[in-house]
Amino acid sequence: MSIQVQNIRKQFGSFVALNDVSLDFPTGELVALLGPSGCGKTTLLRIIAGLEQADKGNVILEGTDASATHVRDRQVGFVFQHYALFRHMSVFDNIAFGLRVKPRNERPSEDVIRKKVTELLKLVQLDWLADRFPSQLSGGQRQRIALARALAVEPRVLLLDEPFGALDAKVRKELRRWLRRLHDELHITSIFVTHDQEEALEVADRVVLMNHGSVEQIGTPEEVWNAPKTPFVYSFLGSVNLFHGRAGQGALQVDEHSLTHAEDNIPQGAEVIAFARPHELDIDTDLTQVEGLRARIARIQAFGLTARVELERIDTSGTLHHYEVELTLERLIALQLRTGSEVRITPSHLKVFQTPSQPHTAPYIAAGI
Amino acid sequence: MAAHNKPFRVLPGFNLTLGYTLLYLSLLVLIPLSAVFIKTASGGWEHFWLSVTSPRVLASFRLSFGASLLAAAINSVFGLLLTWSLVRYRFPGRKIVDALIDLPFALPTAVAGIALTAIYAPKGWVGSLAEGYGIKIAFTPWGVLIALIFIGLPFVVRTVQPVLEDLEVELEEAASSLGANRWETFRRVIFPALLPALLTGFALSFARAVGEYGSVIFIAGNIPLVSEITPLLIITKLEQYDYTGATGIAAVMLLVSFVLLFIINGLQAWSTRRIGRTV
Repeated sequence: MSIQVQNIRKQFGSFVALNDVSLDFPTGELVALLGPSGCGKTTLLRIIAGLEQADKGNVILEGTDASATHVRDRQVGFVFQHYALFRHMSVFDNIAFGLRVKPRNERPSEDVIRKKVTELLKLVQLDWLADRFPSQLSGGQRQRIALARALAVEPRVLLLDEPFGALDAKVRKELRRWLRRLHDELHITSIFVTHDQEEALEVADRVVLMNHGSVEQIGTPEEVWNAPKTPFVYSFLGSVNLFHGRAGQGALQVDEHSLTHAEDNIPQGAEVIAFARPHELDIDTDLTQVEGLRARIARIQAFGLTARVELERIDTSGTLHHYEVELTLERLIALQLRTGSEVRITPSHLKVFQTPSQPHTAPYIAAGI
Repeated sequence: MAAHNKPFRVLPGFNLTLGYTLLYLSLLVLIPLSAVFIKTASGGWEHFWLSVTSPRVLASFRLSFGASLLAAAINSVFGLLLTWSLVRYRFPGRKIVDALIDLPFALPTAVAGIALTAIYAPKGWVGSLAEGYGIKIAFTPWGVLIALIFIGLPFVVRTVQPVLEDLEVELEEAASSLGANRWETFRRVIFPALLPALLTGFALSFARAVGEYGSVIFIAGNIPLVSEITPLLIITKLEQYDYTGATGIAAVMLLVSFVLLFIINGLQAWSTRRIGRTV
């Protein structure tokens, strides 16, 4: 079933949680809402579920406006970060809950309920736990039961709010693979909220990146990773090097350093920020050239397939700037780099954004290097 | 070479605290209570049996335990409602209502008794209204019941309140998203979570009511066989220098109260275990 949200706005006091968000979730896809905490992703999910009401805008489920429909009539499955299992009920009764509270004329018989619950327990691979109580389960098991409980009522959509947020790293990894497999089996339209980019990129068909209550970019994991559209997406996904400067003739002026770039729609003299991934930077030991950024090598990590070189910028500004460069091992050996030696950093690819008139620079610095 | 390490406890002072606890409880609780039984025994079985099975005493037992249980039950229902509105809704004067609940705790019981009597007596505010319908409240068992409800209310509210405040909203949201209406959510999700606290409140309210004296004697009217509570009867016996008679009644009260509280505690342990807190 398709989900559309149109011009959703939500405000908590003076804090704008969602600012005119419109999105289209295609049928049968698993979509991740990704963003830092406070970006409005959970609020959006709760509005879609009907647990929260938007100040403005519509939620459209399967072509009909559901904005005024109560959560219990929306037929959405909701999975909470902290499971929200009913502690006084056994696992079996938890899963059966949604079937047992149906109005008398729709309620299936106990036999049908038993069959259905057993099926679901098999689906989440926990059929031997039917008689246990939630407190006797591990976190990962609890979340799988919570999912089975949500699926019991055959929801039209499945909404998961940081479903793996409370689990430790190893279980988290296992569970998200399992969720992907489950989705491939059921093909139920699903949205899950996460602040973990790895999780979003690994599990989802499509990723929606959110920041400050707005959508920054929508795309497949490959699209958002390879072609970030905004400075926020660039700095939020993966590690990145950040340069603040002023645009010049085909080059970027960063204090006394100059970096060449290939962007042609940046007006001269404009304040800009530029991004380069660690593998998009190179190191040059020829100090007679002026092009590039003078830096000193702080640390070399030469394990794995590539080597990571950490550098500190050399200039008169006084503040310390760190950069990270990823080199192939051959390149590292050819350059004969040593900790403490002075080099030039030259970008092979530089993504330049004009600084908006009202700079939101703080989050980029926090998320960059 | 020492073959074994001497076992030690991580928390120090176990012997000291246990010894202190036992001594303290013995001096304050066990010895005085056993004195009741010893004194009773000194009067002989026959005297004991006669004094606790006299119609007047039996009537007082029925009234004391019956009214106390009923008051605790009523308090559980209405205390839960009160707690619900206090915790779940924000209304003007909520803080004042919250403070009022503790008043029966703080008030000297005699003051409460006089105040209740003034209101519920045939010439009082509510009493005169009820009289119009031919109902007498003060100086009947109903008066006793009202006094016991009054003094027991804070126990239910104050035990349920923190549990209700801590109840995760997510549980109700989960129930809602699974299609449960408000009533089903309350019956299947909220109430079972509150049940242990509610039982504690019930037990405390009951225990307080059984032993209550000051607030009851004014409104009860103390008519033998009708509105005479057991604690008053004990005092009456004492005033007649019938010490073994008094302790005999006290011993029965003690036993019945103990058994009832034991049952309630058992129920409470059972319902707590179901929530899985002890696992």
